[in-house]
Amino acid sequence: MKRIITMTAFVVLAAGMGGGWRRFATAAVPAGAEQVVHMTAKKFEYSPNQITIKKGAPVVLEITALDRDHGFKVPELGIRADLKSGQVTRVRFVPDRTGTFEFRCDVFCGSGHEDMSGEIIVVD
Amino acid sequence: MTQHLDRREFIQLAGLTTAGIAGVVFSSGLRGVRLAAAKGRADDFMFLQMSDLHWGFTGPAVNPDAEVTLDKAIAHVNALPRQPDFIAFTGDLTHTTDDPQERRKRLAHVRDAVAKLNVKTHRYLAGEHDASLDQGEAFKEFFGKTHYTFDHKGVHFIVLDNVSDPKGMLGDEQLQWLRADLRKLDKDAPIVVLTHRPLFDLAADWDWTTADGAAAIEALMPYEYVTVFYGHIHQEHHQMTGHIPHHAAKGLMFALPAPHSVPKKTPIPWDAANPYLGLGFRSAQAKDAGDDYALTEWAVEKS
Repeated sequence: MKRIITMTAFVVLAAGMGGGWRRFATAAVPAGAEQVVHMTAKKFEYSPNQITIKKGAPVVLEITALDRDHGFKVPELGIRADLKSGQVTRVRFVPDRTGTFEFRCDVFCGSGHEDMSGEIIVVD
Repeated sequence: MTQHLDRREFIQLAGLTTAGIAGVVFSSGLRGVRLAAAKGRADDFMFLQMSDLHWGFTGPAVNPDAEVTLDKAIAHVNALPRQPDFIAFTGDLTHTTDDPQERRKRLAHVRDAVAKLNVKTHRYLAGEHDASLDQGEAFKEFFGKTHYTFDHKGVHFIVLDNVSDPKGMLGDEQLQWLRADLRKLDKDAPIVVLTHRPLFDLAADWDWTTADGAAAIEALMPYEYVTVFYGHIHQEHHQMTGHIPHHAAKGLMFALPAPHSVPKKTPIPWDAANPYLGLGFRSAQAKDAGDDYALTEWAVEKS
């Protein structure tokens, strides 16, 4: 049975580079443990919208769409999922390289759709 | 395999470097000379492509003349020395709004504005800003179907809808409809596809793609003379997928940067020294019985 360790994640608010607010999630995760990150999606933002995870460790993003259908796409990692309104969608993957990877909504959701994005930072 | 031909290569291949007051004229491809003399199927004709009007957009730093840009373009079209047979509007007639009533007001405004065009034969496509929030419901009330075909002087036009599905895709039902329509045609029939989003992956991370566009291209590939005209990316762009050329048109509200030329896709700021730079519309002159098109890019205002 896969052991799911609740991340000692913390969410902080900080001023982002672009002048808006960024919500960060980072965690210290034991080697080999599955990293679980809870997220929400609503017009027109993800929270958190910056996630730091460890290379090589399995990840589960548990994303709740709060207001309507959204999408979740990480083009550089070949990941996409439909986020159904009111449901929790689990996105599982194992990051195999370090770097910063943008994720974005790919289900047109309104006037701020093109700004609905965030980033995954994969570290050693 | 996708083969990219940039504008200069298109010009070199066509042997045309004509620059006139109206803009640059160049041939869309390599193909026309092969069949033209023998076919005699169709008369030459010209149509206009107007795209990405984005009526309702506000952003003084990007277009301080947002409220008059469309009217100026319409005046220029009406003043063209040769009037087109018809005008194709390739989507995003309006800028998106979350308010269904406001969406209808914007669509109504565009309907009334384009009624001032001297040429009354129009073909309308939806863009994601028009149709993705209500699966095209409001758009259909004003402009009719979102995918359909029509024939003009021997050329078969196919209008594809890759925006009513908010995932930016055609969907299985429309793909089946496309395949059924194509089965009725000879393999050397001249075909023009009109669509909003690019059918190929121009820049998927910028949403410049159609999720299942590859299936449409696969269906079109057996046909020898296919040309695709699309909008969405707010700039002139030309690319080949195999033997099929794809031509993107400029928009009529704001310009966008070249694919992946900047870290983040944002509208290009207004240049007061060059008003309307990057905006415009296009004429496509069918040549060689609809196997080839000479494209002319026109500025918003008559110079």
